[in-house]
Order: sequence, then C-alpha cells, then structure tokens
Amino acid sequence: MDFFFQNPIGIVILTVVKALALLVPLLVGVAYLTYAERKVLAAMQLRKGPNVVGPLGLFQPFADAIKMLMKETIVPTGASRVLFLLAPMLTFMLAMLAWAVIPVNDGWAIADINVGILYLFAISSLGVYGVIIAGWASNSKYAFLGALRSAAQMVSYEVSMGFVIVTVLLCVGSLNLTEIVRAQQTVWFVIPLFPMAVIFFISTLAETNRAPFDLPEGESELVAGFFVEYSSMSFALFFLGEYANMILMSALTTILFLGGWLPPIDIAPFNWVPGPVWFVLKICFCLFVFLWVRATFPRYRYDQLMRLGWKVFLPFSLVWLVLTATVLKLTGWLPA
Amino acid sequence: MAALDRVARSLLLSELVSGMALTLKYFFKKKVTLNYPFERGPLGPRFKGEHALRRYPNGEERCIACKLCEAVCPAQAITIEAEPREDGSRRTTRYDIDMTKCIYCGLCEEACPVDAIVEGPNMEFAAETREELIYNKEKLLDNGDRWEPMLAERLRLDAPYR
Repeated sequence: MDFFFQNPIGIVILTVVKALALLVPLLVGVAYLTYAERKVLAAMQLRKGPNVVGPLGLFQPFADAIKMLMKETIVPTGASRVLFLLAPMLTFMLAMLAWAVIPVNDGWAIADINVGILYLFAISSLGVYGVIIAGWASNSKYAFLGALRSAAQMVSYEVSMGFVIVTVLLCVGSLNLTEIVRAQQTVWFVIPLFPMAVIFFISTLAETNRAPFDLPEGESELVAGFFVEYSSMSFALFFLGEYANMILMSALTTILFLGGWLPPIDIAPFNWVPGPVWFVLKICFCLFVFLWVRATFPRYRYDQLMRLGWKVFLPFSLVWLVLTATVLKLTGWLPA
Repeated sequence: MAALDRVARSLLLSELVSGMALTLKYFFKKKVTLNYPFERGPLGPRFKGEHALRRYPNGEERCIACKLCEAVCPAQAITIEAEPREDGSRRTTRYDIDMTKCIYCGLCEEACPVDAIVEGPNMEFAAETREELIYNKEKLLDNGDRWEPMLAERLRLDAPYR
C-alpha cells in the first residue's frame, strides 16, 4: 500500500480522489445553498419558498440544474466567441481551485502549503478576470458596466481584506491555514479581533458581489450585470462559481476568525463531535448570515460603496493593524 | 454629546444590528403563503370573473336583447343580434363575448335590467387558443346553469348595496 502511494501514479490517483471527496460535497452544497437562500429569504418575507418539488421542495435544486442543462447556449453575434465561453469556465475553475488549501480538519487539506493564505488571496484576486472578460466579451453595455463596477468593487475591498488578514497573521506567525486554526486553540480570533472580523465579513460580502453590495448585478439598472448575455450552462457556471465563492469566503472567515474545525469549548460533549462537522456548521452559520444580510439591507449606492471601502474600512483596518502590532510587541505575545 | 452619540451608533453598527434583529424575528413568524391551487382566499360577492347568462327558475332565459350591455361595454367585447321568437317574445339569436377584449369592468352586469348577464366567481378559465376565449350564447348559458346557485347567492349578498 505504501509503495502505491509513493509512486507518481499513485499520488495522482490519491490526489484526484481527495479532490473529488472535497468537490462533490461542495457542489451539492452549492446546489443546496441556492435552495437555502430561497427558503431563508422567503421565511424572512413571511413566505414559504419552494415547497412543491419533492418533500419541502428539497429536489428544487436538481430541477433547476436539469432546466439549465436543457437550455440553449446563446452566443451573441457581436461577442468575442472564445473569451465569451472562456470567462464562465475561468470563474468556475478559480472558485474550485481555491479549495485546494482549505483545511477541513487537522491535516485534512489537499495541499497543506505554507503560503496557503497568499494562494487564496491570489486566486480570489484572479476571480476579477472572469468578470472583466465576461463583461468585455459580451459586447453589451450592461454587461460592460456591470463588469467595470464589479472589478472596481472587488479590487477596492481586497485591500482592506488584505490588512485584516495581515492582522490575523501577526497573531499567528504563519501563512499556513492549518497553523492559523491551531493558533486559535485557546481563544478564537473573533473575540480579540472582533472589529476586524466584522470588517472582514463585510468585505467578503463585497468581494462575492452579494447584497447589499450586489451593484454589479443591480437588477433595476443593469438587468443582470456582467452576465446578462449568458444563458444555459455558461450562466450556470457563473452561478455555481458565485455560490462556491460564497462558501469559500465563509470557510475563510471560519478559518481566520471562528477557529476552523475546533469546537467552541474543548470539553466533553463538544469535543466528541468530529472536527469537519464543526467546520461545516460554522460555514453554515456564516452562509446564513450572508442570506440574512441579503434579506435585511437595501443595496448601496455606488459612491457609498467606494466611500465605505476606501475611507472607512481601509483607514480603520490600517489603524487596527498598527494597534495589534503594538500590543503584540509590548506584551511580548508576538509569535516567534 | 450628540456627535459622540452618533459616532458610537455608527461604529457599533446599532442600526444594522436592530435591522437584522427585525428580519430574524420575521424569520420565525408564521408564514402567510396560501398554497394557491389547494388553498384559496375568500372572494367578495362583487368579484368580477367569468361571464354567465342566467335563466329564470322555469328555464326561460332572462336576456331580453335590450343591448344595453353591448352599448355600455367600453371594450366593445359584446356582440348581440336579436329577432322576435315564434311566441312573439324578444330574444337574442346571437350573444358573443370576446373574453380577450373584455376588461372585466362589470358595466354589462350593472346595465342589465333583468340580471341576465353577470360576472361570476370563476377566474380559472385560461385557454390554450384564442378561439376558445370567444364565448357564444351557448357557452354563456351553460356557464349560467353551472354557476347558478353561487351567482344567485352573490346577487343576494350584494343587493342591499345596489
């Protein structure tokens, strides 16, 4: 057995199996996130939401998926064909790629690399390309405006997200995601770094183009934003990518602030529950907040969005970063 | 002090939190959805749905071909032709309503001196072709026979307000 896992073919097979073990539940999760979104929004608006397809409407995501598959893929005449079809693939691929470094349990990451957080940051920045390419290749004004807004927004919020991550890294002393979680054995970072956690969460809302920062899709003024021209599977890929990104950002919030796979308190009934269950529960909580926020707040105006990003979050996170560094240095808690 | 209050309020996100508390409260409230085809809401006696031509209890049709409904119809959806019957009474030979033209204003019902043409409680008469929605006298009388108990009840309920 050992021999098998040490030769190159064995390693490839093992990695593929690991990737499938992560991606299949992830895609099912994405499918049910769309269902959960409709249910949660409905409940907060005193409606029942989907309840016809299967018990409690539980087969609704599959009905939607089949519908999507049956539709015709339309490429507009003016569109740049190759780029137009490349963009959704890129978005979807990047959303999946990022999961390689996410540790579901202690040591359960497909690639437990030491620059995990940098890798994640790089991949999520690349996500902007999918959006820009889609907007430009569609050759439509709505798509183009949506793409411009989306790109500007994602870039702006990545800056303050970067500072928040640096603050966490100061407390951990490692870029490895597993190490980040291990550093939270005593206390989750959400407690000492609460304001940063809030900023991070709000920035992830902007990063994933979710309400109240869903300007790129702003239905009332841009129809559907950068993916107006898409239909069928190319649309489904964008959709999957967007929801996978939501789950990814929730996972990242969980790892950075909510102690990843760690139980809330390390005592009897809590530490019987296996790590991955805690991890998934925490992700579900974050996702619920995503949907809850969408049900509560109206959309930001574009200038307010930029003001919040550059004039509020950026200075605030910068000050907090310096403050954290000072406190760590003065108290001698700075990790080696 | 007011400035401090404002700053504290915005830094502590108190308005956002209270907004979210409100939506969370609604999350657990009883839902108001009606599962429409299986559950239905109440309809008032003045509901203006599908048309029907009524008859007297002895089976004689009420319509006397006065054409007031045809004249009042703002959408000109009603077409009536009439001539005296063998027994000398004045009756319609043709009474058509184009349901695709009709705006369901209920003026025909208001104009009718003998309560012959009425709009019933039925609103589920969607059809797949346009032709099916051009109702003739036979169809309208048939509707009247089918809905008569409900039509009479609704007229009775609404009578005090006319």
